[in-house]
Amino acid sequence: MSALIEGLFNGISIGSVLLIAALGLAIVFGLMGVINLAHGELMMLGAYTTFVVQNVFKPLGEPWFELYILFSLPVAFIVSALFGLALERGVIRFLYGRPLETLLATWGVSLILRQFVRSVNWLLVISIAVFCLCFFGGMAILKRLSHWERIRNWAITILLFISSAISIALGFLIDRVGTLALTKPWFSARNVDVTAPTWLRGGWKILGFQMPYARLFIIALTIICLLGVYWFLNRSTWGLRIRAVTQNRSMSACLGIPTAKVDALTFALGSGLAGVAGCAVSLLGSVGPNTGQNYIVDTFMVVVVGGVGNLFGTVVAGLSIGIINYLIGSGTLALIFTSTESLKPLVDFFLFFATSSMAKVMVFAIIITFLQVKPAGLFPQKGRTAEL
Amino acid sequence: MLQVSNLNVYYGESHILRNVDMSIPSGQMVCLIGRNGVGKTTLLKTIMGLLKSRTGEILFTGKPISKIATDRRVRMGIGYVPQGREIIPRVTVKENLLLGLEARPQGRKGNEAIPEEIFALFPVLKTMLSRMGGDLSGGQQQQLAIARALMGKPRLLVLDEPTEGIQPSIILEIEAAVKRIIAATGISVLLVEQHLHFVRQADKYYAMQKGGIVASGSTSELSQEIIQEFLAV
Repeated sequence: MSALIEGLFNGISIGSVLLIAALGLAIVFGLMGVINLAHGELMMLGAYTTFVVQNVFKPLGEPWFELYILFSLPVAFIVSALFGLALERGVIRFLYGRPLETLLATWGVSLILRQFVRSVNWLLVISIAVFCLCFFGGMAILKRLSHWERIRNWAITILLFISSAISIALGFLIDRVGTLALTKPWFSARNVDVTAPTWLRGGWKILGFQMPYARLFIIALTIICLLGVYWFLNRSTWGLRIRAVTQNRSMSACLGIPTAKVDALTFALGSGLAGVAGCAVSLLGSVGPNTGQNYIVDTFMVVVVGGVGNLFGTVVAGLSIGIINYLIGSGTLALIFTSTESLKPLVDFFLFFATSSMAKVMVFAIIITFLQVKPAGLFPQKGRTAEL
Repeated sequence: MLQVSNLNVYYGESHILRNVDMSIPSGQMVCLIGRNGVGKTTLLKTIMGLLKSRTGEILFTGKPISKIATDRRVRMGIGYVPQGREIIPRVTVKENLLLGLEARPQGRKGNEAIPEEIFALFPVLKTMLSRMGGDLSGGQQQQLAIARALMGKPRLLVLDEPTEGIQPSIILEIEAAVKRIIAATGISVLLVEQHLHFVRQADKYYAMQKGGIVASGSTSELSQEIIQEFLAV
């Protein structure tokens, strides 16, 4: 009994991590149809934000440090959402309806982000700020000109060149005369550790096994995020707009919906949820530039198996994959059949897959087989709707 | 209400609309006729801002709208019922209707009520409020599309082949509803139609051929020759 509960809890626990990581993608990929390969890096940004918030709270002492995780959740959401907003406005919106280009562009963004967290220091931040000031400030001034539309392309090219030159020159100058503090990387390539507050350490003892509080916290956070997303999408005005725009962008514009704003908000919401997921996974292990990479394949897998565009499908797929993964990886499946002598080959088969990496191989094989039978996932669209 | 002057539209380098001139007076129904592929839908899409014109001007209530985004044109008072209805499939009929409120200048802003006049025009919708838009039949979707456009209280209603692929009894219902809308609200209607009986309800017609307007006049003057030339598909 206790083994079963333990297996179920651990499965749900793994599933909820998958689910919270896939929730943002269920919106960005499932609803908007944008293949965002930088989703993992948005999670990584959330995880690093948690690390920064933790370091800000550390000097404040005991009562505050205990609460840092609650502050880091909204901060991680905002940081990732703002970055997602910039990504949508700067890159994605030019690529709607072009999945291959989106895939390549977002993969490029993911590489840039990974390198960014390795290299980021005050010098880099100052250079980027100066570039933004020169470029966007210049654009704002030039846009006031009456013949802006005619000179637009030339003006952007020249502004890009001038802004880059100024920021690079300033960077070199600071590098020559500045102190080490300005050039020292904030995080470097090494992983950093997020220390869970004391109330998230240890676990709840029940029926002879322990449910770690951190895992329980992630399960609770996943439920809250799910309910929040469900309410927002199905009960709010903006949620209805999002559902309309993601189903038929041009007709939504013909209804008077500001589609560009809705696209930006949807992408920001999905990105923000990735940030929250990053905050959650930072409690499970160290945070590094490749943190997001560990989740990106799993999250796409969850969304595709659930049925693209179906939030409920994402929930079922996330939990199912989590439970199957645990049952195979922990050797529980092999254990079930040990009592019967005639099933020894089956036991050996499951024992072969009873490690976390081999369990993943088997889960992948099961999913590939499943998608041959049900290519549209667990919950495909039904009725006339499916053809629209 | 709407003035289109010297409009030229291209798909890539293909010249689709050629020097189109058209005007829709306030409170009148104007019908655009022509065979398939002459550019009627392209003209409507350009008026809505879904396609960009290369040259020419579109004035709505005297204001140029050629450079204005589609959603802002709609909020200025142009309601659009496209060819093929384009109902948002995976939201309910009620939500589809509520989306129509977005077209009002002040937006939805707490306005959640569907006026009884909508149900008076299309009673079938009242019984289907909780069904998914995509699950409705073609005729029901067409009624929903017109009702949705009316929710925004437009000053000009643009209808692109509202009777296409619909059973005759429903065609008569839609025709009667459009007539009642004009009588009750005094809005202007721009209609693209192949159904002769419906075309005759309009005050004025424009006939299109090879991307240009080739004939126009009062529908009472529609001769058998013009009908055969421009309405036979």
